[in-house]
Amino acid sequence: MNNVQNKKRANKSLPFFFKDEFKVFFVIIFFSTILLISTFTFDKVPPILNRGIQPATFPKGLLVLIMFLTTIIYYLSFKNPWKKEKKLPKPFFLTILSFILFVIISKTLDFFLAIAVLSIFVSYNWGEKRVFYLLLVGIIFPLVVFIFFEMILGLRFPPGIITNLYYY
Amino acid sequence: MMAPLFSSKLLIVLLFGTLFGLILGVLPGLGPTTGGALILPFTMTLDPLSAIVLLTSIYCAGTYGGAITAVLINTPGTPAAAATCLDGYPLAQKGEAGRALGMATVSSTVGGIFSVIVLVFFAPVLAKLAYEFGQPEYFALAIFGLTMLASIGEGSPIKNLIAGAFGILISTIGKDFMTSIDRFTYGINELSVGIGFIPVVVGLFAISEMLTQSTLLDQVFKRVALKAVKLPSLDDYKKTWKTILRSSGIGSFIGVLPAEGGTVASLIGYSEAKRFSKEPEEFGKGSIEGIAGAEAANNAATGGAMVPTLALGIPGSATTAVILTGLIIHGVRPGPDLFREQPDFLYGIFGAMLIANVLFFIFGFFGAKLFARITLVPNKILWPMIFAVSVCGTYSLSQSIIDVWIMLFFGVLGFFMRRFGFSVVPVIIGLILGELVEGTLRQSLVIFDGNWLMFLTRPIALTFFILSLIALAFPLLRTKKQKD
Repeated sequence: MNNVQNKKRANKSLPFFFKDEFKVFFVIIFFSTILLISTFTFDKVPPILNRGIQPATFPKGLLVLIMFLTTIIYYLSFKNPWKKEKKLPKPFFLTILSFILFVIISKTLDFFLAIAVLSIFVSYNWGEKRVFYLLLVGIIFPLVVFIFFEMILGLRFPPGIITNLYYY
Repeated sequence: MMAPLFSSKLLIVLLFGTLFGLILGVLPGLGPTTGGALILPFTMTLDPLSAIVLLTSIYCAGTYGGAITAVLINTPGTPAAAATCLDGYPLAQKGEAGRALGMATVSSTVGGIFSVIVLVFFAPVLAKLAYEFGQPEYFALAIFGLTMLASIGEGSPIKNLIAGAFGILISTIGKDFMTSIDRFTYGINELSVGIGFIPVVVGLFAISEMLTQSTLLDQVFKRVALKAVKLPSLDDYKKTWKTILRSSGIGSFIGVLPAEGGTVASLIGYSEAKRFSKEPEEFGKGSIEGIAGAEAANNAATGGAMVPTLALGIPGSATTAVILTGLIIHGVRPGPDLFREQPDFLYGIFGAMLIANVLFFIFGFFGAKLFARITLVPNKILWPMIFAVSVCGTYSLSQSIIDVWIMLFFGVLGFFMRRFGFSVVPVIIGLILGELVEGTLRQSLVIFDGNWLMFLTRPIALTFFILSLIALAFPLLRTKKQKD
């Protein structure tokens, strides 16, 4: 209980733009505004073909609702500040980095290679140093999954430097 | 009811589904929703009945499986087992882990079977009522579903509403289904067909959980030793039978409402068990009634949540949203017509749920010790493997790499949503209800010639709107009462 109160107090003493409440409010309002502006670029249906409402009306209504509700939670947070979350640890950022690596490798080199690299990278950075287990998660298991999807489900994986060796 | 199930193929599917569901339930962070989403692509090789039998058996067994880890390592395998930790773990620490798991197994089975009976009798009645529904009524019902989600779901009601609205907003991406006009596609061809359900579910549940686990690597579980699961004694039965029945009723009712199903049901089942108990002071210290109350309720929610899913096509929980997707991708459209045209299919589902409840009782009773060992698989091995399955499963549905990137995007988004107190379940329900909400609204406005006030002239729709207002007012009244 005391911990929660301390955390709340810690959050209260920060300048408003560093507080989680403001960050969440800002991000939602910012992206909602961009999306709302983009709804004005949607094509309009001529009145004779229009059934009910224009295609942009419904998303516009939703975005206004989201912005309105976000303003309410931000207003309510003045009375009841959110508890301050713990700082994110290094493995979290490394896992995010592995996702970025995955996207780059799967796009440029090979889908299967991307899975293997991510698996070994994540497993290693989460504390696994034994080579056998790294090979198990990075090579053996993805290979089993690949063969299962390819042979049983008849899935064709996207071409790449390793996948092409199997297909051609 | 069981006739369609007496084929060796379906029995194998049931057996596999129950075992797989138990494993998913035992592993903290996974669960029937994520597991169902991961296995959905594999169901494409099965016929529709086998596919849905697989998904429903995972649902039933996965909900129970969470209790094993709740009792032995004080970490709920699924969110629905959170209330089970409160008394299950203290009882296990007293050296009575077998008794705690025995009660959890019996009450889960009773709750599950009770809810299947509710499903068998109540779903056809609801389906019959749904024949009276036109577009305005379906619109009002969907709105009611979303407001209930905000009102009795976990966490802040306003945040739940934002998440629900966001889910509906995602469903508007792609070509407008009435006019074929592109919305939020920004020239990306792949977005014209909209955002698929599976990348969003796998992202919000599996990938965001992977990120959550990356922040918990220093967490050490203290596992209580388990010799064997014991059947509850006669004294235990005498003490808990009313609680089990009450929680079964509560769970089935909560399950029918579109909320977070078992999670909310178990919390209410637990608090009601405490309220009616002769020994409320024992709750939190290892009360056998506490375990019975929570476990009967969360498993009872499984059958309850299937009622609106099958009768109206409106999911009662996140896992039933996955099951609903399974039905749709296999060409089965839930709703009143399903009851008239394919009764054998439905009775197959009912029978499968009944058998799954019996099977997890047997597996739980004899295999809990073995399943508990699964928790020993370290996260550094488990999660990269789950990632590989998530990626291949997501890619397989439409063989699109964009789907995999969407999954990763929603994984990161889901992590931050959960971090700041936004539940991801309303996003899923909003996404699946989105087309229904928009479609019925626009078609209603065509019928009403653009006059919004005409909604109020439809008695059933008006009733749902009034119920929605009550549902929105409920959290305010609850907060005021708590302050008083």
